[in-house]
Amino acid sequence: MSKTWLIAQREYLTRVRKKSFIIMSLLGPLITAAIFAVPVLIATMSDNGKVVAVADAGGLFAQKLPEAKDDISFTRVSADLATAKAEFKKAKYDALLYVPKLDLANPEGFQVFSRKGLGMSLQRDIERAVENAVETQRLSKAGLDRAVLDNMKADVDLQTISLSDDGERSSSTGVSTGVAYVCGFLIYMFIFIYGIQIMRGVMEEKTNRIVEVVISSVKPFELMMGKVLGIAGVGFTQLALWVLLSLGITTAVTGSISPEKIAQSRVEQVNKATGTTAVMKKDTKKEGNAMVQALRNADINVALIAGCFLFYFLGGYLFYGALFGAIGSAVDSETDTQQFMMPVTMPLVLTFVVAQATLTTNPNGQVAFWMSMIPFTSPIAMMMRLPFGGVPMWQLGLSMLLLIAGFVGTIWLAARIYRVGILMYGKKVTYGELSKWLFYKG
Amino acid sequence: MKPPILEVRDVRKQYAAHTALDGVSLSVPDGSIFGLLGPNGAGKTSLIRIITQITGADAGQVLFRGEPLNPTHIGRIGYLPEERGLYKKMKVGEQLMYLAQLKGIHKDEARQKIKNWLERFDIKSWADKNIEDLSKGMQQKIQFIATVVHEPELVILDEPFSGFDPINANLLKDEILAMRDRGASIIFSTHRMESVEEMCDHIALINRSRKVLDGPVRQVRDAYRTQTYEVEGKGRPMVVHPDFEVVKHQERENGHFYDIIKLHAGTTPNDLLRYLIGPGNVEVHAFREMIPSINDIFIRRVRETHPDYVPTEEEMAVKG
Repeated sequence: MSKTWLIAQREYLTRVRKKSFIIMSLLGPLITAAIFAVPVLIATMSDNGKVVAVADAGGLFAQKLPEAKDDISFTRVSADLATAKAEFKKAKYDALLYVPKLDLANPEGFQVFSRKGLGMSLQRDIERAVENAVETQRLSKAGLDRAVLDNMKADVDLQTISLSDDGERSSSTGVSTGVAYVCGFLIYMFIFIYGIQIMRGVMEEKTNRIVEVVISSVKPFELMMGKVLGIAGVGFTQLALWVLLSLGITTAVTGSISPEKIAQSRVEQVNKATGTTAVMKKDTKKEGNAMVQALRNADINVALIAGCFLFYFLGGYLFYGALFGAIGSAVDSETDTQQFMMPVTMPLVLTFVVAQATLTTNPNGQVAFWMSMIPFTSPIAMMMRLPFGGVPMWQLGLSMLLLIAGFVGTIWLAARIYRVGILMYGKKVTYGELSKWLFYKG
Repeated sequence: MKPPILEVRDVRKQYAAHTALDGVSLSVPDGSIFGLLGPNGAGKTSLIRIITQITGADAGQVLFRGEPLNPTHIGRIGYLPEERGLYKKMKVGEQLMYLAQLKGIHKDEARQKIKNWLERFDIKSWADKNIEDLSKGMQQKIQFIATVVHEPELVILDEPFSGFDPINANLLKDEILAMRDRGASIIFSTHRMESVEEMCDHIALINRSRKVLDGPVRQVRDAYRTQTYEVEGKGRPMVVHPDFEVVKHQERENGHFYDIIKLHAGTTPNDLLRYLIGPGNVEVHAFREMIPSINDIFIRRVRETHPDYVPTEEEMAVKG
């Protein structure tokens, strides 16, 4: 055991001291912070606004031009198209909107001229302005005031509450989805990055030929486990650094920019993306507050999720790490790894793909249940189910037990392949060969 | 006589369809240099891997100082594999420290021993260099230190001279002799039989998974003496004689000659000498027994046991 510890120590120290590790540890949080900060910055610095000239031959905007927004404003030019075109050419307008004489029941013939083609968002903004105006005119024709209609619009927030044996807990699907993705993705990434590090480490020792010196001092199993544990330590260190630094940076950033502002900029972005009308703008503030409220109130069982995250993080890594180690021992070069990598990485990728479709939308369905039981997929699948709540304790316990049995199994399997593989050179290994290795004696 | 440091008893090892060792037994005397000789693929490395506990034997027994091999012996054996290798990106000092600790030496003790070895080889200044920055020859020295830093009782060197330049090879020879003088036993494994003949006290010949021959070098040689002598001199020696036979006769300038003469049973070299300087009436300049090389013995021995033996390519390479 003390030798395994020595090996783990070496694996840990040589990796943690590498420049690439230090750079990754610093870059990770910066990227995370950037994901939060950039939208805010973009929102505050949003471009100085496009000017759209309106040639209103149809008198659609006779009463008033569309309201100017952050990045778009309207100005009236001659209603005659030819004159308007000349004016457009002279002045620095970004676009020219021509409103023809129109039939309100069937409005068509609108034209937009621009110098270099319209941006997607500008085109959408103009379209919306026109639609709005047409709607308003139709409303007034029907004898309705726009303000009346706006007041009639309902805005309902659903408070979702999961009803379980433990009692009622209010939850927020949005927040749950976010947490689910973050947890799932971190585990997925960690298994990949550090699993491949194990594989490379094994291959390095094999091609360096140091492995024979080392295993004349320790058992192959000790060497493999030392490597797996040492690299796990590296992963945990990186994770801890990321979490701490990210927290530090985001606290600093959100300290200077209030959370309401972030939420607001988010909501605006969402609005833009989904094409909600400008009418919604006044609700933005309210909705932003609601979002912050949701984040604050989201009653996610943090202790349970954090604990399970650590368990599945480590369990998944051990399960796959051993397999990656076995692959590394069976081949002579990186190019030979392909054929063995496929079956190992497929379940991982699959879980993540299926997660998008099923796990988060139906976190307690059949597919989700089975995927969170099978050790190949459970580390990611279970972590994506947990934030939604409602996973019975027996399922969690069974999943954990199966994962433990799973990684004990893969480690056993890997050790059998490993002890033969590390001394086998210059041989193209097939699956048939690998299965024979399992039954070699000592 | 001290009991042997290592005893191998009827060891067998099977790899899938290939038998690597087929009932090999040998005994390494304490404090000796033991040559484990044989062509490539004969089973030497398989045997060594069993002794170093990298693999286990399928059958048979290996005794280290009378006890069946067990993990406590690992720290008492040093092993230099045929394929050398070190962690390229690790510093010399750290690497030696790591390997020494893996052998079970305590940190402080290891530090002192590494320091001594580096001083001995006059390479103290390398301690903070990365392995990849050293030349091949330098790396070999480090590898050797890694093999013996824990002062093993039994040192196993697999093809120790391959890759060493002549200067380092000499250094290595001296170190090996010095280690024996300090009481360690050394197993030398090589297919270049002539290279270790002069150093070994005992040898074992292995061919095609079986031991062909073993014993003290002197004894092996004596058993394979051919009673053949080289004679150089001046004059005209006889051509036919009932007690011996001239295998080869060469006339050289100024009446000099070179003969290879084989004695018939019952004749001693002194009989031949007496004849040469007496009735033969020649002036003898040189008289030397033709001692068979280990290589010759190997081929002969194999031919004796397998009359239809045809050397494989590997074995031919050894002969050449």
